[in-house]
Amino acid sequence: MTAALRFDPIRLPEKCEQLRKEVRAFLAEEIAAGTFDPHKPNREDTDVPEFSRKVGAKGWLGMTWPKKYGGQERSFLERYVVTEEMRVANAPTRRFFVADRQSGPVLLKYAPEHIKMDILPRICRGEICFAIGMSEPNSGSDLFAAKTRATKTDGGYLINGTKIWTSSAHIADYMIAIFRTSPPTKENRRHGLTQFLVKMKQPGIKVNPIGQITGQYEFNEVVFTDFFVPDDHVLGEVDGAWKQATSELAYERSGPERFLETYYVLTELVRAVGKNPDTRSAEGIGRLVAQVHTMRRMSVSVAGMLQAGKEPVVEASIVKDIGTVWEQQLPHRVRDLAAFVEETATNRETLERQLDFAIKTAPKLTIQGGTTEVLRGIIARGLGLR
Amino acid sequence: MAESDNIIVETAEKIFADLADPQTINHDKKDAWKAPLWQALSDAGLPLSWVPEDCGGSGADLADGFALLNAAGRFAVAVPLAETMLAGWLLAQAKISSPGGEMTVLPASPRDKITLNADGSLSGRARGVPFGKAAKHFAVLANGNGGVSIALVDAGQARIEAGLNVGYDNSDIVTLDKAQPITIKPAPKGFDQTRLMLMGGVARSLQIAGALESMLDISVRYSNERVAFEKKISKFQAVQHNLARLAGESAAALAAATSAADAIANTAAFNDEVFLEATAAKIRCAEAAEKGGAIAHQVHGAIGFTNEHILHRYSLRALAWRDDFGSESHWAVELGKLVANRGADELWPLVASR
Ligand SMILES: Cc1cc2nc3c(=O)[nH]c(=O)nc-3n(C[C@H](O)[C@H](O)[C@H](O)COP(=O)(O)OP(=O)(O)OC[C@H]3O[C@@H](n4cnc5c(N)ncnc54)[C@H](O)[C@@H]3O)c2cc1C
Repeated sequence: MTAALRFDPIRLPEKCEQLRKEVRAFLAEEIAAGTFDPHKPNREDTDVPEFSRKVGAKGWLGMTWPKKYGGQERSFLERYVVTEEMRVANAPTRRFFVADRQSGPVLLKYAPEHIKMDILPRICRGEICFAIGMSEPNSGSDLFAAKTRATKTDGGYLINGTKIWTSSAHIADYMIAIFRTSPPTKENRRHGLTQFLVKMKQPGIKVNPIGQITGQYEFNEVVFTDFFVPDDHVLGEVDGAWKQATSELAYERSGPERFLETYYVLTELVRAVGKNPDTRSAEGIGRLVAQVHTMRRMSVSVAGMLQAGKEPVVEASIVKDIGTVWEQQLPHRVRDLAAFVEETATNRETLERQLDFAIKTAPKLTIQGGTTEVLRGIIARGLGLR
Repeated sequence: MAESDNIIVETAEKIFADLADPQTINHDKKDAWKAPLWQALSDAGLPLSWVPEDCGGSGADLADGFALLNAAGRFAVAVPLAETMLAGWLLAQAKISSPGGEMTVLPASPRDKITLNADGSLSGRARGVPFGKAAKHFAVLANGNGGVSIALVDAGQARIEAGLNVGYDNSDIVTLDKAQPITIKPAPKGFDQTRLMLMGGVARSLQIAGALESMLDISVRYSNERVAFEKKISKFQAVQHNLARLAGESAAALAAATSAADAIANTAAFNDEVFLEATAAKIRCAEAAEKGGAIAHQVHGAIGFTNEHILHRYSLRALAWRDDFGSESHWAVELGKLVANRGADELWPLVASR
């Protein structure tokens, strides 16, 4: 039987609902104060350090981490609620979400104590931004083709090579990156990569912007030239980063941000259609809502698995696969239905502006965080096919 | 809803494995399997699991009954188990005791109506009634001047035009023409036809999800057996990706269905949140039946298109179940209207309400 693919109907406990109210109230205040516009999709180049600090002050960053590192020792389900409310409100989370979701947990697991004590509390306060240095010009899906070298030298390593598509590298304070410390072996082509903590904004690193088809600027090329990383910035096992990198990706793949990135067009469609939709619009909306509801129930279920200490690699891949395919289709389906919206709909311009942006955003959704094809390979492995 | 710690599901799975093995059934052209299977299910009290003991049933809780339906879907069981469970549940709403034997519910579509006449008789037509012909009794939901009533009606009171659904199970037109009920009582306050349809829809969702689990299972197994171009077809990336998509559809169906079942089992009121859960499950499971079934057939090649092979027992039933108690198009319109009526700013609070 396919028992491994069960998604139990986890319900969010009462304290999550209390928290949700607090987050909504906070976001409403910030919107009223003009910090961001909820009707403008999360523009990737929007960096609002002030907002990050306020979120940190609320205790909503590093929520699941130990208190001694500035965390709150709260549950994954509580973190889930904060994440989805921020996402749905189009809040400017760019500065902190990678650190909160991914980099912090990696440091917690693999960094030496003094580094944890130094960095984790600053993440929790919303003061610092992280980037992920995995992809390289000829190594994206094929992570193990990475070539950027880390050569042993006195007291550390010298880095030479280029990372690419590095989101937020231009504003990041740190990057967690994988570099090649030895060649792959015949038996194991995944061997020889090591994970490092890199302090950005140092000599030896050059960050070159790469524009995107949305008109935004989000990712970069990062060039290392004899860049020095000290020994105590090695994270985990030398030459064994592949195990670490793959478990890190489970965090990246299952969250609400993996099916809600274009959600705003659905809200705006409902607004434009009004209280008394014709049959076609009603049916279209109903089907889209059924889909988003199901995705969310699956995603909450995965959060429940993380809370229970499981490593839901296959389940997370399924959520990412069908979630990103859905958020990619959503703007196109909304466009179909928007064709019948009255010319006089009060939010017509907002809807059109949002659709324009969402349609331009859509192509990246099934690429970032692992392509659909790669995820289906992982699911196939989970099914015992490879 | 883990089947391992659920005694009802364990009992049912054992009966299904012994007496409803799809392979054996598929080759039994005379339906000789039906009577012993129904007998064993009845002896175990399963068809009346949603009927309290004081109404003649075994009084299992709703959650266990839903898990049982999911298991029945995994075996694509073709006897009126779900229908009798639903009928017993409906009767129990009005504290009417269930008789033994096969039952089904009227109406089975949100568009059909049964009317309670002034003289206490029942009239109306219900189409697409699952296992209408096999039923000894009907549990009927009727609308009259005084409101909603629930009635137990002997099948002899009805005119039945037999039909078959896409999955070759009976799906009949049942006409009541001044039929005299055995028992009729007012439905509890707030109970209406929508609630019956949603309950039926969630039952079907769990069955569809179960059928998809089995389709995934047999497709994976087949891909590991079939050799083409000198390797197992499971080694072709295109085949792997199709199976990964099938796994996604199966997982989505199961997640939606179990979530809706959980919502209904743990709620006193059928509010908007439960409406979302139940309609979303039916819509998403129906979509999964279409996409998932197509992939399962693709992976099986021509062999899956034959009568000889068991795949159709799952794929066609999953497709047929889409139509009962309101199709996905019907519920999508209703859900869309509800969402539109609540307004744009209430959409996210609704979705995030659980
Ligand atoms: C908006 C955005 C932000 C990103 N941010 C970051 C970041 O912060 N840090 C970072 O490290 N990376 C980041 N990436 C990079 C992303 O992870 C890679 O783009 C992705 O892994 C794919 O790699 P690639 O672009 O080299 O494409 P390729 O690997 O060249 O893939 C091209 C196509 O070939 C297919 N393909 C490749 N191998 C196989 C295979 N074995 N089987 C079947 N199909 C295959 C792929 O699925 C894809 O369709 C970002 C990407 C985007 C779009």
